[in-house]
Amino acid sequence: MIDKIYSSNNEGGKTKRRDFLGILLSGGFLAWLIALIYPVFKYLEPPPVEEAKVTSVKIGAVEDMAKDSGKIIKFGNKPVIVIRKKTGNYVAFSAVCTHLDCIVQYRKDYGQIYCACHNGKYDLNGKNVSGPPPAPLTPYAVKIVKDEVIIHAKEA
Amino acid sequence: MKNSNKKTIKERTYSWLDERFNLSGLIEFAKKKSVPKYRETIWYYFGGVALLLFIVQVITGILLLMYYQGTENSAYESVKFISTKVSFGWLIRSVHSWSANLMILSAFIHMFSVYFLKAFRKPRELTWYTGFGLLVMAMAFGFSGYLLPWNELAFFATKVGTDIAGQLPLIGKPILELLRGGEDVTGATLSRFFGFHVAVFPGIFTILLALHLIFIQRQGIAEPEDWKDLPDNEKKYIPFFPNFTMRELLIWLIVINVLAILAVFFPWELGTKADPFASAPVGIKPEWYFMFMFQSLKFLPAEILFLTGEFVGIAAFGIAGILWFLVPFWDRRTPKGKRNTIINYIGIFAVIFIIVLTILGFILD
Repeated sequence: MIDKIYSSNNEGGKTKRRDFLGILLSGGFLAWLIALIYPVFKYLEPPPVEEAKVTSVKIGAVEDMAKDSGKIIKFGNKPVIVIRKKTGNYVAFSAVCTHLDCIVQYRKDYGQIYCACHNGKYDLNGKNVSGPPPAPLTPYAVKIVKDEVIIHAKEA
Repeated sequence: MKNSNKKTIKERTYSWLDERFNLSGLIEFAKKKSVPKYRETIWYYFGGVALLLFIVQVITGILLLMYYQGTENSAYESVKFISTKVSFGWLIRSVHSWSANLMILSAFIHMFSVYFLKAFRKPRELTWYTGFGLLVMAMAFGFSGYLLPWNELAFFATKVGTDIAGQLPLIGKPILELLRGGEDVTGATLSRFFGFHVAVFPGIFTILLALHLIFIQRQGIAEPEDWKDLPDNEKKYIPFFPNFTMRELLIWLIVINVLAILAVFFPWELGTKADPFASAPVGIKPEWYFMFMFQSLKFLPAEILFLTGEFVGIAAFGIAGILWFLVPFWDRRTPKGKRNTIINYIGIFAVIFIIVLTILGFILD
């Protein structure tokens, strides 16, 4: 009986059994390979950083900043550009250029927000007006409470 | 007995080694190796120049590792320490930077000469592919090494470069985070780039380089296209050893001297320390070998149809790069006696495009 099974190579049953074992083994090998590689991939994915949620930042008294000037402040771990216009009004935007992630600056000579990396320009409403930036800068709210300038994240 | 004693130490060492490793076979092989001698032979030296400069990179790189510290708080300071306090530290660093640039330049010259001489054609397709891989790796070396001093220019170059990778559809974001070690360019990015620069890339580069050189040894050096119809007595060769080797060594000597002059008289600057809360400085520019791509992106409008300008630009460069890589595939031989001019025009266009945009990048604001 056993002899018959092992010697009958041409019979369908034998090949099927071998195919089945083949699938089982290669499937097992694949699973084994994934089990090896998966931790490496997960390891390379940086874990989320615990961020203290910042909703507002005080930047000083109204007269601390000269008119027609701008500066970058830390808003949590994000850079925000605060500009005091010629009129004395304050505006604030995310300082991250929407083009390729550079940090913008206020250019007195243009009266505009400027990104030095690729000559991107935004007006003082944060709107992209020239150069490659594809979108406007995200605005931040500026509140003045008892002569103190406070920058707030705008609620989406 | 007396005879064998008369052998010099050199001869005895040789026969000792020959008995064990069959050196005469190697010497026989080296004797047969030859280089075609004609108008364009000069271009055959540039691969060797790139190799020399890679060796310089390995040596100076290891020397820099003795003092460099790859963290956000100490990277800039340690490079400053190397440049100002360590004896000849400024020289080692300057040689490393200059040699990197000259290596990429030689690799570019080597690649274009191989392209125009059609040396990538059958049977040398794999040599072309590994060579292309080596150039990409050299640029990756340059990009990752550029960040290591953690200065302002490097910081923004890395932000822009990784952000470009992040523009890719679907895989962009994971790649960006993989490269940066987070959402932003931080100390985590520096750690990763340091690891790529001194461990990952050297490993890959060495394997590609070994393959590249083995292929050349197995197949011999490419002969010009029009030699196929030439009778043997009209083909001129010079032996690889010692004639070609000695000339190559002479060129190496010249290159080392040029490198020394550049490194001493134009020491590499360190700039100011990176500050993630400072604006990008006016007039910021990438390294010259990224300049043509950088400048092209500047010329593109914000939007082209429904796509962003930079996406179109990046996709165009990506496709051009892939086509360049695959040139052995799409290059078709022309009938006998006719020159394949299209491939030359494409090559000339590429060279002119790169040169013009690089120059524009440096003269325009």
